[in-house]
Amino acid sequence: MNLTFAQIALAALPFLPLAGFAVNGLWGRRFKETTIGIVGCGSILLSFLLSVFLFMANLSGSFATVQVRLFDWIPVANGSIGFSLMADPLSLIMLLVITGVGLLIHLYSVGYMHGDAGFARFFAYLNLFIFFMLLLVLADNFLLLFAGWEGVGLCSFLLIGFWFTNESYNAAAKKAFVMNRIGDLGFLLGMFLIVFTYGSLNFDQVFTAAATAGGANNATIIAITLLLFWGACGKSAQIPLYTWLPDAMAGPTPVSALIHAATMVTAGIYLVARCHVLFSLAPFTLSVVLAVGVATALLAATIALFQTDIKKVLAYSTVSQLGYMFAALGTGAYVAGLFHVVTHAFFKALLFLGAGAVIHALHHEQDLRNMGGLRTELPFVYRIFLVGTLAISGIPVFSGFFSKDEILMNVFQHHTVAWGLLFIGALLTTFYMFRLLALAFWGEKRGHHANYVPMNTTMKLPLAVLAFLSFAGGFAGLPEFTGLNWLHHYLSPVFSDVTLHNEPHLSIGVELGLMAFTVLAIAGVIWFYASRFKHLQTRELNQLNGELPWYKKLPANKYYVDEWYNRLLVQPINRLSDFLYRVADTLIIDGLVNRIGGMVLSAGNRARKLQSGDIGIYLYVMLAGASGLFLLYVLLGS
Amino acid sequence: MIVTILIVLPLLFGLAAIFSNGRSVRNAALAVSLAEFCLALYAAYSFVPQAGMQQVLNLPWIPALGIHYHVGVDGIGLLLILLTALLMPFILYSTPDDIPKPGAYYGLMLVMQAALIGVFSALDGFLFYVFWEMALIPIWFLCLLWGRGNTVAVTLKFFIYTLFGSLLMLVALIYLYLQTPQPHSFSLEVLYAVSNLDANVQGWLFWAFFLAFAIKIPIFPFHSWQPDTYVTAPTQGTMLLSGIMLKMGIYGAMRWLIPVLPMGVHNWMPVAVALSVAGAVYASVIALQQNDLKRMLAYSSMAHVGIIGAGLFSLTANGLTGVVFQMLAHGINTVALFYVADIIERRNNTRNLNLLGGIALADPRFSVLVFVCVLGAVAFPLTNGFIGEFYLLYGLFEYNLPMCIAGGLTVILGAAYMLQFFQKTMFGNAISTPHKPVYAGKSELYVLVPLTAIILLTGIYPKPLLNLAAPAIEQLLQLAQF
Repeated sequence: MNLTFAQIALAALPFLPLAGFAVNGLWGRRFKETTIGIVGCGSILLSFLLSVFLFMANLSGSFATVQVRLFDWIPVANGSIGFSLMADPLSLIMLLVITGVGLLIHLYSVGYMHGDAGFARFFAYLNLFIFFMLLLVLADNFLLLFAGWEGVGLCSFLLIGFWFTNESYNAAAKKAFVMNRIGDLGFLLGMFLIVFTYGSLNFDQVFTAAATAGGANNATIIAITLLLFWGACGKSAQIPLYTWLPDAMAGPTPVSALIHAATMVTAGIYLVARCHVLFSLAPFTLSVVLAVGVATALLAATIALFQTDIKKVLAYSTVSQLGYMFAALGTGAYVAGLFHVVTHAFFKALLFLGAGAVIHALHHEQDLRNMGGLRTELPFVYRIFLVGTLAISGIPVFSGFFSKDEILMNVFQHHTVAWGLLFIGALLTTFYMFRLLALAFWGEKRGHHANYVPMNTTMKLPLAVLAFLSFAGGFAGLPEFTGLNWLHHYLSPVFSDVTLHNEPHLSIGVELGLMAFTVLAIAGVIWFYASRFKHLQTRELNQLNGELPWYKKLPANKYYVDEWYNRLLVQPINRLSDFLYRVADTLIIDGLVNRIGGMVLSAGNRARKLQSGDIGIYLYVMLAGASGLFLLYVLLGS
Repeated sequence: MIVTILIVLPLLFGLAAIFSNGRSVRNAALAVSLAEFCLALYAAYSFVPQAGMQQVLNLPWIPALGIHYHVGVDGIGLLLILLTALLMPFILYSTPDDIPKPGAYYGLMLVMQAALIGVFSALDGFLFYVFWEMALIPIWFLCLLWGRGNTVAVTLKFFIYTLFGSLLMLVALIYLYLQTPQPHSFSLEVLYAVSNLDANVQGWLFWAFFLAFAIKIPIFPFHSWQPDTYVTAPTQGTMLLSGIMLKMGIYGAMRWLIPVLPMGVHNWMPVAVALSVAGAVYASVIALQQNDLKRMLAYSSMAHVGIIGAGLFSLTANGLTGVVFQMLAHGINTVALFYVADIIERRNNTRNLNLLGGIALADPRFSVLVFVCVLGAVAFPLTNGFIGEFYLLYGLFEYNLPMCIAGGLTVILGAAYMLQFFQKTMFGNAISTPHKPVYAGKSELYVLVPLTAIILLTGIYPKPLLNLAAPAIEQLLQLAQF
């Protein structure tokens, strides 16, 4: 087998982090922190360099896609599912984000986790996570993708419950895993239906077969896409499976940045984009995706308005932004959705790491009510946090502006109501982010913190890089009318079949008008909040300490969704479990068996004088009787 | 020939050991079990998957009645023999050094191994029945004499219950025997050829066989002997029961029920699948609230076996592939997990999950090994459990969608109770014990490291095992046609 250099690079890519995991996992406890950090970050750095190499090679046209089959995994239907990797422009974009942002967050973690007893374990888990994430985006078939998919969920479980002596963190970790499993069952059933229908799980074969079969909106393709989307809802925290993500904030903050903002939670978007051939054949499913995305975007944004934990605000913000991405996918604008994946990875990682910097400086304080006035105390953090806030709010030329604008434009073309809701959502986003900024950094100091823990360079450098990317990252996808949308151009080979379905573009005038309208509205929100934040803050803080009016109490308590899930699902199942054990199993089934057995034994007791009561004797008598019967049969039969 | 050696060697040593005494018997038993493992490996190595029954030995035993000592293996039997031979050294090795009456104990263990391998290789119905009952006697003594708690009552129930099932099977076997052309024969091929049975008779015979196997496996609602037995039996007895012995029931159905009574199976398979799936969900739900570690594992095992049963009676190529693979996976995982339960109980003098905790702090290495076992049990991809579960559920999917969805629920519930078990024992703060006990000392590592390695390796590269079984499964499916 002659392997090209690109194939070797591809094969090595995921296994470098796996090696890092093995080294730190096996011997990490004997290493110094520096060594652990070098192993942990070094393996990701190498993966990043390989990703850049593959990306450049792809740009220069030396290959369109590169594929390498490591070994046969299992036979399914008439073919064999390979342990095989594949990189096309879609995978390459994901690769760059995963290894690039991943590297920065690894670097940051060296400083953030300094002194933690589980330092080596932390880096081992992080590397393992990157391995599974790379497997997910490089898999060339559904089954291997599923392995990565479950793998990232596993690492998420391990890292949410990283501080495992805390019972409530463990509960959050378990909740995340089980909820993901609920989604995964859909994924699994979707895979079964795919093999059943197309006789394969390899992307190439399935998509070709589906495209040839055609027939938009037939029941099978709708079922397949709905099942896959159900899986995506679990992983990417969409209604109704989103409640695990806010709880997942129990994990160390770099984990929230890497797994629960930048990479893992976007796996659902990747899955839909990867299966765009199938989804484009199921307009019905796409409208479901749009509806769920819009609903999640709005619902989570309203909850974010009232959270007082700095990480919880960002968590609900992530849920909401993921909703935007799904809304884009729902209109068939796959590239727009992916564009937002990329910019969101930049600015949300920045915001989480910024929040981490605040938490770090304030000795693990996360409550916004005890912050305030940090602008002068932590000027560097303030500045990068401001960049992140402007980016997520969609202020022009910051990255979020371009990606959100593209989503809004696409949705506007398809569905004006959905656009209106997302527009309101964008205003809410700006509002809760500036509220967060103001509560933490503006106004008077409310906490009693002194001696802020200083940040070292390994923490500052990633923040600076991410701030730059959050600012400039949007230039990869300039609006369509400029003719300079690089990302669109780059990804066009992957989505070549989709552009055909796109309706004619808006005229430049309408597009510019919408853009200006949105920006003005957002600017209005900022002006409104900034000009009277003191008054708003005082009122809110008073309310938070006292009784909230009902219309605020509802979102502040997350619409009691967790409580309802508990009451309608968890508790009944536990009660059922108790009932089945105590009544069905012990009383009825076992009781019946004992009753029957007892009857036989008491009948036997009357003849007991013949026997010694030794069970061994019973056995031999039984066997002898059986043999006797047998002989009788033989004699009579022959 | 090699199969016969595999049966005779542990039988002779076992019988000799029962009447011997002294410490050296442990080492002798270990040596025999290792020799068995090497022989089984050699059998696997020289096995040709496409060539049907191999290593066949056919000697007349009771010529007057047409009873033969007739043994041989195909891919399915071979894999189960491999499983038995692989697990036996670990089960023996994990036995505490201070076990009372070591001679009898190790002797019974070896006799048990002989009986198990006999069951998995017998090609004569009478011989099969003899081995089947022969396996019951040593395990019953092991549970009775080395168990803890109310052993007499519990083992009596276990014994009578399973014996009841096997007597039904005996009656069915004799009935079939009498239907064979003159001179009557118990030989497998002759039984396969019996074709003059109408659907009604096949139905009755199906139930006679099915009850025997369903009690052994156990399939809901014939399981009620199992949780108590697993809890009171000595850990090594539970390993034997759950790891290998219950596969006798599944294997029996594959060899003696499905090909012999295709019409009866066909008519009753919806019931068998429904009972299996119902039992799997039922056991999973019960496992959620169990605080006794061993009882929880018992219900968990029942849940897994329920899915195996469902895959078995769905009679699809994928389902049967899953059955064969999951028998191996379940055998390894469950033996590892019951051993883990035993280690935890010995260190803390309790199995109550609510009283345990913080083991990851005391012995992180141990917790990692346990975690791999948990991953195997929750069918995590790249572990052996996933391969089996994937095929089983896909087979169910092909058979009937609602059954597949119901079976799929056990994957979610399984994650819930297994992670709960892991968190309650490994995580949280250490309770009560002031010193940090070592959970995975050298001897524990010798058992857990190989088993966890197998969990991962066979999950990453299951192909050789699947290849071994594929032709046998194909043949079984052909025989199941009528």
